[in-house]
Amino acid sequence: MSNPEFGSRVFDVDAIRADFPILQRKINGNDLVYLDNAATTQKPNQVIKSLVDYYEQTNANVHRGVHTLSIEATDGYELARTKVAKFINAPRPEEVIWTRNTSESLNLVAATWAEANVGEGDNIVITAMEHHSNIVPWQQLADKKGAELRYLPHNEEGLIELDSATGVIDYRTKIVAVTHMSNVLGTINPVAKLAERAHSVGAVILVDAAQSVPHMPVDVQALDADFLCFSAHKMLGPTGIGVLWGKYDLLEAMPPYMFGGDMILEVTYEDATWNDLPYKFEAGTPNIADAIATGAAVDYLTELGMDNVWQHEQELTDYAMEQILSLGSVRVLGPQNPALRGGVISFIHDTIHPHDLGTALDQQGIAIRTGHHCAMPLVRSFDVVAAARVSFYIYNTKSEVDAFVSGLCETEGYFSR
Amino acid sequence: MTGALGNMDDLYEAIILDHYRSPRNTAPVEEADVDFEVNNPFCGDEFHIQLKVENDAVAKVGITGRGCAISQASASLLAELVEGKSSDEVHAAVSSIRRLLKGEEITDEEADVLGDIEALAGVRKFPVRIKCALLSWVGLDDALKAHQTG
Repeated sequence: MSNPEFGSRVFDVDAIRADFPILQRKINGNDLVYLDNAATTQKPNQVIKSLVDYYEQTNANVHRGVHTLSIEATDGYELARTKVAKFINAPRPEEVIWTRNTSESLNLVAATWAEANVGEGDNIVITAMEHHSNIVPWQQLADKKGAELRYLPHNEEGLIELDSATGVIDYRTKIVAVTHMSNVLGTINPVAKLAERAHSVGAVILVDAAQSVPHMPVDVQALDADFLCFSAHKMLGPTGIGVLWGKYDLLEAMPPYMFGGDMILEVTYEDATWNDLPYKFEAGTPNIADAIATGAAVDYLTELGMDNVWQHEQELTDYAMEQILSLGSVRVLGPQNPALRGGVISFIHDTIHPHDLGTALDQQGIAIRTGHHCAMPLVRSFDVVAAARVSFYIYNTKSEVDAFVSGLCETEGYFSR
Repeated sequence: MTGALGNMDDLYEAIILDHYRSPRNTAPVEEADVDFEVNNPFCGDEFHIQLKVENDAVAKVGITGRGCAISQASASLLAELVEGKSSDEVHAAVSSIRRLLKGEEITDEEADVLGDIEALAGVRKFPVRIKCALLSWVGLDDALKAHQTG
């Protein structure tokens, strides 16, 4: 494996596009322009082939048998874990826990670490730009424990100023749970600095990295994060599998999340003892095929190099932002400076409702997201109920941005007849 | 218009666009007998619907709100339809429109009652938008029933 930041393959968008069979599809008679990557990304042949190969050649249960297939399945499953650990620079592969998705990873921490460590009068700090899945588990926990849920505010541009953390993060803070990159605003949050603040009061920091790990180099040690969560399907991998990474000592001290096969060391009729990490948190037969395919997705991104992935998206975002703002009929949410944001642009048209726009663009083969983006409080804070969003990935091109902008103009023409 | 925008005209018939741009009966109703809000949390569309009911008939209606072209036009068409109708007639019309949007047959008599509202049938080709078209109707039906039993 090469260093995930730099890559071993030339970043050639045409060659990348050739790896994605779905990009050949026609939608309503037009070439597909897929700009809903923050929701989920498309899958390259390498990932699809990994799934097919597994079921055709290897399928067996893991950690159980002495037969060849079981050994191969176990090796593949554990190798994928090692790849993920290296991808985020985790010190130990046992710190990588397979879950179903980011939501499950977040719920796991809320239900185990926070359940054991947050008490009455303590507080939990999140930002005002979280996805519902990093709001609701904390609301529930705060309610149950008599703890307080506090919000780090953002300014008008959608940026968190560190001064605002003063008085919010205090000596009763037990956990700071923040998104690394907002799925609505694109804002990249100062996670390393927030980690410093959290640690200075003895709190832990959890990073919702669902939108960052797929798009930029992420190093859990450089961030000094305590927990970090993400989903494979937003980074070329399959749906139904995600990751919780946590510092070894924290995970070791946590009670299990679910009980069943594989997570126990010894069971008597009266009692049971828990297995070692990571298995303590992986009850039952795991999602073996999708874990291995996640390893294939990580290989793909590693070959491209995450610095190159990031740079490609920055160029597209820069270009798209300029085009969109020049229309004059659109308000963009979040930072206008592309250097402060990732490849997610949410916007509101002066006259066209996001759903009418979404339908009109779909007729032209262009897939965008419309609605509240699973961040209702945030979207409402901009005094709107819904927004449209385009989000980019490695296979998107400037000519697709052009197609989107001309589709938008076409739609304006249609509704102003 | 055909071409790049494909089947848009099936959804956005001229009548729909007209009601979207110039919604009918948007003035607030004084001392309304039925006063309620409907919303679709999925897309954030919300409407405030007020009715004045006299002798079991809708004497006045006022609808304001925000939403997509389909939900706004649908609310405006509803406002136009219900004025002067008895609550039974309104319930029957709501039943007709539900079946129309689900792609079920409606009788010629029902079609006569619905009139311009049949233009909403284009939404059937866009299943994710059916909720937009039904939002205000379902709310009205529930609110009228509550008014009758209340």
